[in-house]
Amino acid sequence: MIAQLTRDERALAIVITGALATIGLAMAAGGRNDLMGSHGWIVLLLAGAVLIALMRGYDGPDPDPERLSRYYDDPTKVGVFLTLTWGVVGMAFGVWVAALLAWPDLTFDAGWASFGRIRPAHTSGVIFGFGGNALIATSFHVLQRTTRARLPDQLSPWFVLLGYNLFCVLAATGYFMGMTQSREYAEPEWYADIWLVIVWVVYFAIYLRTLARRTEPHIYVANWYYMAFILVVAILHIVNNLAVPVSLFGAKSYSLFSGVQDAMTQWWYGHNAVAFFLTAGFLGMMYYYLPKRAGRPIFSYRLSIISFWGITFMYMWAGSHHLHYTALPHWVQTLGMAFSVVLLVPSWASAANALLTLNGAWHKVRDDAVLRFMMLAAIFYGLTTFEGSFMAIRPVNALSHYTDWTVGHVHAGALGWVAMITFGSLYALVPWIWKRPGLYSRRLVEVHFWLALSGTIVYVFAMWNSGIIQGLMWRTYNESGTLTYSFIDSLVAMHPYYIARTLGGTLFLLGALCAAYNIFMTVRMRVPAPDDAISDAPASRPQLQAGE
Amino acid sequence: MPFDHDTVVAFSKSFGLFYLIAMSIGVLVYACWPSNRDTFQRAADEAIEDSEDRPWN
Amino acid sequence: MLGWHRKIERNAIGLVLGIIGVASIGGIVEIAPLFTIGATVETVSDMRVYTPLEVAGRNIYMREGCYACHSQMIRTLRDEVERYGPYSLAVESQYDHPHLWGSKRTGPDLARLGNKYSDTWHVTHLYNPRDVVPESKMPAYRWLLRDTARIDDLGAHLAALRAVGVPYTDEMIANASADAFGQANPDSSEAGGVSERYGAGTNVRLFDGDAERLTEMDALVAYLQILGGLTDVARTADLAQED
Repeated sequence: MIAQLTRDERALAIVITGALATIGLAMAAGGRNDLMGSHGWIVLLLAGAVLIALMRGYDGPDPDPERLSRYYDDPTKVGVFLTLTWGVVGMAFGVWVAALLAWPDLTFDAGWASFGRIRPAHTSGVIFGFGGNALIATSFHVLQRTTRARLPDQLSPWFVLLGYNLFCVLAATGYFMGMTQSREYAEPEWYADIWLVIVWVVYFAIYLRTLARRTEPHIYVANWYYMAFILVVAILHIVNNLAVPVSLFGAKSYSLFSGVQDAMTQWWYGHNAVAFFLTAGFLGMMYYYLPKRAGRPIFSYRLSIISFWGITFMYMWAGSHHLHYTALPHWVQTLGMAFSVVLLVPSWASAANALLTLNGAWHKVRDDAVLRFMMLAAIFYGLTTFEGSFMAIRPVNALSHYTDWTVGHVHAGALGWVAMITFGSLYALVPWIWKRPGLYSRRLVEVHFWLALSGTIVYVFAMWNSGIIQGLMWRTYNESGTLTYSFIDSLVAMHPYYIARTLGGTLFLLGALCAAYNIFMTVRMRVPAPDDAISDAPASRPQLQAGE
Repeated sequence: MPFDHDTVVAFSKSFGLFYLIAMSIGVLVYACWPSNRDTFQRAADEAIEDSEDRPWN
Repeated sequence: MLGWHRKIERNAIGLVLGIIGVASIGGIVEIAPLFTIGATVETVSDMRVYTPLEVAGRNIYMREGCYACHSQMIRTLRDEVERYGPYSLAVESQYDHPHLWGSKRTGPDLARLGNKYSDTWHVTHLYNPRDVVPESKMPAYRWLLRDTARIDDLGAHLAALRAVGVPYTDEMIANASADAFGQANPDSSEAGGVSERYGAGTNVRLFDGDAERLTEMDALVAYLQILGGLTDVARTADLAQED
């Protein structure tokens, strides 16, 4: 890792980690009477460890100049393992959280283990830890391949990857200690948010700098989606996290907005985190890995462009469908509903584009579980976006909102779409970048496929059932015109479904463990691919003249 | 014209619609412009090409 | 060749600007008018701010993630109004930084929980929910009775809230810690200042039943008992619901 950095980059890295360690020390000292102090120690420890490693490797020889004629995949390789680690940990917390709803005493009288604190650890662990690392790792890979240009330097990709994971660690540990802004999917406190902005700016700069070094004027559409992900997440993150800290050395902050404005801002963020983090980014992944694995160009490139602008424009309006029948002005609710329904058009265009790309390669889908993961992801993407548009309609939302139906919908998207496309892409990517002839075990991929599919189906059906039963019980009237069921009646009715969902989640977690083991063993395999698989011939394009 | 809540709402309600229409036309024209066909075709084909796995410059 | 390279740059920057332009418009059009809404939202004369102890309790509510299972937003639907009370108005969460409307009801809505149950019920319920509701799925929050509430920094909290727009006076900020103590100790000399500054209707009680210590339980119960009670407007106004 450090041997790959040039001397100058090593020096800069020492400055950066040194500054970070100093900030950590200041947080630990200044915040010693506050929860922030423990975060200071975490920052100090992690930055200090990297700093020591850098100093020990500082005197090593400069990297081979020959590296510039190869892609820089080391950050992607580490990113793959971070993705799998966060995935397994985040999903394990998910199973625990699910079990808590069936057996509430699994908290063991420990504050950190109560539902309200480990639930954000689960959501952040899978969305930001698993999903975010997968996006960063694959975006570096896709960006280089589609621009035929190497990343601009060796340092900034590591800064983005490791800096992002520092954010994830601060987030997860913060929840256990009770640090939260209570904004769903934006829970980390103010200083973690500021750190993420810094990381994100560097991430964006990598994208622009690499694109500037490409030789082809047209930018491949996968990069459009990755760029929309990076840009819009930055806008959302900054606006939604505007807050005033109580003190410089205290973790607690109060949001700038209140009440109805705050609710709208939060769900504008919340829904577009789904749109640009969990949809646009992963569509970028799909538009590269699916055609590549199937060996067929995307069915309609034009359609992918049209749906790109449709998704980018219309998602931003849809957030208010989270606030139907609330104190939010009626016209904003209506606007959100209308755009949520229209959103189905670009969403289905993307799903259809993916499935039609496979047309003519169905025999591959039958034999290749990796491609089947991607196909299933496209199907779940289509199903979930349909369900989402449906649930955004006000009268439907009257029934579905506040119930487990929403949870089921989210998991159809998260398990069926996000996780499936991620696993499919990782399975495709790993042999390519490690130059292995194939995966360690294809059978294990089959096992994973069926575990993932059955787990998702069990989970989603359980939540559909419980959500609709719940929604109906809350609004059932008896003959004398009074409510038939008490709230606790509806809760009792949920019990079997909460057990089923725990089972579904466990199946999915077992699948993720299969993936982690399989990929780990693939990397450990000492069978390099035959040399002619990767051409050693000089680049086919003429070298550019200096000064161009 | 007074700049109050109703003004802002009216602007929001009308402007958004015009913007949507203009943007849709723009995107459709760009995507269907005949001379872009070759660019798109090449982009789609080159993305899956894997004869060599190194940078071009 | 220079022109060709410039075209590459232009495409990338154009794409960036295109994405920003196209994506931000939806948010701007929907959110901007909400900040001019002050003119149209009811101004309520009896609306009061949270007391320091309630602020501390609200922070515990957030820390424990209560919002993940409890909403504080009664929708304009007949069954919700009959189950939970008059539907929530925008003005009621005017001072909620951040809002805690919630998105999920694993447990019931809490927007009008205040003074619906006794303090003792809340303490017993939070200590072990299954002692009062045998079928409950709620975690037992026993540490709330064990841990002392931190009140020494509440002045800074109120000042931060004032910075984001909550009308706390200098006097309220200066007396924040004393008021927090007084609200949970009705027999103490500090108790009088609370109703003086926050209104005669403020709950000044021995919330956890223990005069020895000011626990986190005191703070949280004080907060739960004010839910829906900052103003009476929702109960008195003539409100029609839609269905």
